Amino acid sequence: MLAKRVIPCLDVKEGRVVKGTKFLDLKDAGDPVEQALFYDKEGADELCFLDITASHENRYIMINVVKRVAEKIYIPFTVGGGIGDPEHIREILSAGADKVSINTAAVKDPNLVQVSAQRFGSQCIVVAIDAKRVFDKSGKPLRRWEVFTHGGRTPTGIDVVEWAKKVEKLGAGEILLTSMDRDGTQDGYDLELTSDVAKSVSIPVIASGGAGSKEHLYEGLTTGRADAALLASLLHYRTLTIREIKDYLVNKGVVVRR
Amino acid sequence: MSIAVIDCGSSNLRSALKAVQKFDPGAFITIDKAALLGATGIVLPGVGAFDAAMKFIREKGLEDTILQLIAVKRPFLGICLGMQILFEESEEGAVRGLGVIKGKVKKFKFSGFMNNLKIPHMGWNRIMIKQPANPLFTGIEEGTMFYFVHSYYGVPEDPAVVAATTDYGVNFVSSVWQDNLFATQFHPEKSGENGLKVVGNFVKICQSKVRS
Repeated sequence: MLAKRVIPCLDVKEGRVVKGTKFLDLKDAGDPVEQALFYDKEGADELCFLDITASHENRYIMINVVKRVAEKIYIPFTVGGGIGDPEHIREILSAGADKVSINTAAVKDPNLVQVSAQRFGSQCIVVAIDAKRVFDKSGKPLRRWEVFTHGGRTPTGIDVVEWAKKVEKLGAGEILLTSMDRDGTQDGYDLELTSDVAKSVSIPVIASGGAGSKEHLYEGLTTGRADAALLASLLHYRTLTIREIKDYLVNKGVVVRR
Repeated sequence: MSIAVIDCGSSNLRSALKAVQKFDPGAFITIDKAALLGATGIVLPGVGAFDAAMKFIREKGLEDTILQLIAVKRPFLGICLGMQILFEESEEGAVRGLGVIKGKVKKFKFSGFMNNLKIPHMGWNRIMIKQPANPLFTGIEEGTMFYFVHSYYGVPEDPAVVAATTDYGVNFVSSVWQDNLFATQFHPEKSGENGLKVVGNFVKICQSKVRS
């Protein structure tokens, strides 16, 4: 049986790992390669690097990070953040990344998903979706979510479940689904969101946003039907270790790799 | 003399090379026939489509070289698509495979209660070792998890070549071994410590053949 995956996500700015992006107090948290080795040793199943460098001139700093990580890391890793064209995807993959994650560029030009999946294979194209719950006029939350782009700043009017189905059709190999409502709250994953998306596509869904405890991970991977869980602050601040999370999941009957 | 990693343009080429170089620093990437014939062992990594890989091998005139290396029992490790093209044919394409393993490559098809199983089979899954004497799995425990990414799997005609199996809706063959021909459907170069152990075992196999 296929194991559920635990994936630490590292934010990288100008070639360094930073913490605390949500609260804008960016702290230098060290070298990406050292951090990657740490989580690899802890039992991470994959790694995810999100380039949050604003300017485009720094594209090659990230390519260098990818090359250095690939020299040392023997588990799969995904690179995302500001990826907008097939040539950029090719550079990242040939530097040694296993997958790239695209977000805003996919919404702007859905054809990019199709072209990239055909050229590089679906298995390396992850579409990241930032989802925000929709409320009715009286302020009542609906079981519906809207796709946001540009790091959660721009509403698109696109329905999340419809978008997920569309990117699957276009050839995406995986969906990285972030609940903007839960992100940074530690209140747990938006289980309705993850399960609604997971039920409507047949590609893996990675849950992100809101995990504050190991119970939340268990819920996300069972009730939420997610195939993998992406973790950031929970791990970075050492609230929990991957080992503790996996021990807990195994006790609850979830198949994970140890 | 070192191990050659065949460059068939696959995206895991570099990670496969890096993993081999950990044990054989002189390992190199090539599509040169003489270099392949002179290598102590061959790694054929592969990601992508069956037909594209076979066409690439034929266009570069490598088919005869690969068949010759396998015929003279040079240690050979096929990874992922590099395992599938060892078979005679695949449901993925129309082009003939290398045919050194009798049988065909099939696509995962799920129905009924297994309909929720996702394709590709992507992530970590256990292998059940069927050949206890297989030197590729020295030091690997039964049920160890490796990293997989694939939608197709090889079905050998001869059960004796089955080195390991894995459960994903069906019990499929995740590794084969015949003479010095080894192949894994999983990616040892992406399977952490245990994956590196497998790569290290292959390097040892290559080195022992040189000595003997």
